[in-house]
Amino acid sequence: MTGSTSSDSTGCLYYRHSLPVRIMHWLMVLLLPILLMSGLNIFNANPELFWGKSSYTGAPPLLEIKSTEDDSGETAGVTKIFGRKFTTTGILGASNGRDGELEERGFPSWLTIPGNRWLSMARRWHLFFAWLLVINSFCLVGYSIFSRHLRRDLLPTTNDWHSIGKTFRDHILLRHPTGAAAQSYNILQKLAYIGVVFILIPLVIMNGLGMSPGIDALFPGWVDVFGGRQSMRTIHFVVAWILVAFTAIHLFQVVVTGFWNNLRSMITGNYRIKSEAEHG
Amino acid sequence: MGKNSGLTRRSLLARAGAGVCALTLAGCQKLSESAWFSKVLGVGENASYRTQRLFLSRKAMAQEFTEADRSPAFRSNGTSMPNNPEYISLADNGFTYYRLKVGGLVERPMSFSLADIRVLPHRTQTTRHDCVEGWSAIGKWKGARLSALLEEVRPKPTVRYVVFHCADPMEEDGSSPYYESIDMEDAFHPQTILAYELNDEPLPIANGAPLRLRLERQLGYKMAKYVMRIELVEDFSGIAGGKGGYWEDQGYEWYAGI
Repeated sequence: MTGSTSSDSTGCLYYRHSLPVRIMHWLMVLLLPILLMSGLNIFNANPELFWGKSSYTGAPPLLEIKSTEDDSGETAGVTKIFGRKFTTTGILGASNGRDGELEERGFPSWLTIPGNRWLSMARRWHLFFAWLLVINSFCLVGYSIFSRHLRRDLLPTTNDWHSIGKTFRDHILLRHPTGAAAQSYNILQKLAYIGVVFILIPLVIMNGLGMSPGIDALFPGWVDVFGGRQSMRTIHFVVAWILVAFTAIHLFQVVVTGFWNNLRSMITGNYRIKSEAEHG
Repeated sequence: MGKNSGLTRRSLLARAGAGVCALTLAGCQKLSESAWFSKVLGVGENASYRTQRLFLSRKAMAQEFTEADRSPAFRSNGTSMPNNPEYISLADNGFTYYRLKVGGLVERPMSFSLADIRVLPHRTQTTRHDCVEGWSAIGKWKGARLSALLEEVRPKPTVRYVVFHCADPMEEDGSSPYYESIDMEDAFHPQTILAYELNDEPLPIANGAPLRLRLERQLGYKMAKYVMRIELVEDFSGIAGGKGGYWEDQGYEWYAGI
C-alpha cells in the first residue's frame, strides 16, 4: 500500500497494491486451488489421518473417510472424526464417479485433480505446482520484508491492537471503514495476511516436505518436532483446510466491501476511496 | 431493476460460475491425459531429484528409530505371494536352491546363495517405510550391504544404474515381472541393503522373501521385493516399458525421494 492518491470525479483513487504484490497474489489464486485439489486426490489413495511417526502405532486414525455397505447392501460413505461416525454418502467416502456411478472415494471427483482415482498424475500436478508455490511464497516473503511492505502495511501498530475489539464488532456487523481509515489495513486484515503469508503457507510447505523421505534425511529426526511423519501429513491436511477457510472469508469480505473496487485494486493497483459524506 | 430480474441475474451468474468450474475441471482432465502436459509436470520431478541430490549429502542418513517405535505388524502391500511356479517351488524348499544372479556391466558376474549373502557385511536398521499412498510403518531390517555385493562383482566404469528383477508378476497371466532401478549414489549408500530379516525373523514371503531392497531415502515402491536378479546398466530405456521400474512404466516418478 504505497502510492499517492489522486482525485477524480468519483472520489479518490489510491494506489493500493504494488505490481509485485498483485502478480504474486494472482499466482496464489492459481496455485492454491490446484494444490488443494491434487492434494485431495493424493489423500484419496489412503483416506485416513494419524498422529505419530507411523500409521501403525496401535492408535485409531483421527480422521477416516471410507465407504461401507449399509444394511440393504448399498454403498454408503462414512466419515469418522475422533471416533465419531457420520454418514456422508454422496460427498465423502462414497460419491459419484465421472461415469455417474456411486463408488468408494474419499473426496468427490469434482474436488480432485484429476477427477478420477489417479495417484501418479495427482502427484505430478501436486509436486510441480508445489515448486511454484515455494518460489512464489519465497518471493512474497522476501519482497514484503525488503520493500518494507511488511513493516509499513502489515505489522499491527499499538493503535491497531487497541482497536481490535471494535474492529471485530464492526466486521461482524459488516460495518466497513471509509475515507482515510480505508487507506490502511485494519488489524484483522493485517493478522490474516501475516498469518497466511508468514505462518500458514510456510507451515503447509514444511509439513509437505516432511512427508518426503529424502528431505527427512536432511537433519536426522527433524520431523519429530512436528510429532513424526504421519503427524506432518495430518498438519499438512489441516493447514490446507485453514487456508480454504481463510479464502472463503477473504472472498466474502471482497464482495461485501465493494467487489469491483477491490477487484480493480488487485488488477490495476488503484483503489477508490469514497469520502465519508458520500458513503453516509 | 425489479427483484425478479435481480434473482435471474444472480442465478445466471451462479450458473455461469458453475459452468466455468466444470469447464476448468474438464480442462484439467484433458491436460492430465495429454502426453505433453505430463511431460511439463515432469519438470517438477527432475527439479526435486536435482535439488535433493544437491542439498542432501551423499551419506545423509534416513532417520532410524528405536525398537519400541516398531509397528505391531509390518504391512504387506502389493504382491503378498508371487504367482510364479518357479518362485513357489523355491519357497517350498525354504529358498535352499535360491540363487541371486548379478550381472550386466560387471567385471565378474556372480551368483549368490542365501548363505553367501549372509556372510557379506551386513547392517541392521529400524526405519520407517513410507508408501506413495501416504501410510508409514516402522520395522527392523537386517540385510547385506548392497555396496559390499557390488564390490564383489566389480561394476564397470560406465555403470549408472542398478536394476532389480523380481519374481512377482504384476499381471494375472504371469507376465510383467516387477522391477526397479536406482542410481549408483543410492546403491552405495550405507543404508541400502538387501534385507533377509524383518523384526529379527527371516523375511516373510508377504514382505518379499528371500531378499528385498531397502532404500530408506525413497518411497516404498522403489524397494523391490522377491529380488531374483541384479543387473548393472548404463541405461534402462531398453528394459520393459523403459522408465526404470514397473510403477514408473505406469506413470509414477522414477525418483521417489519426495
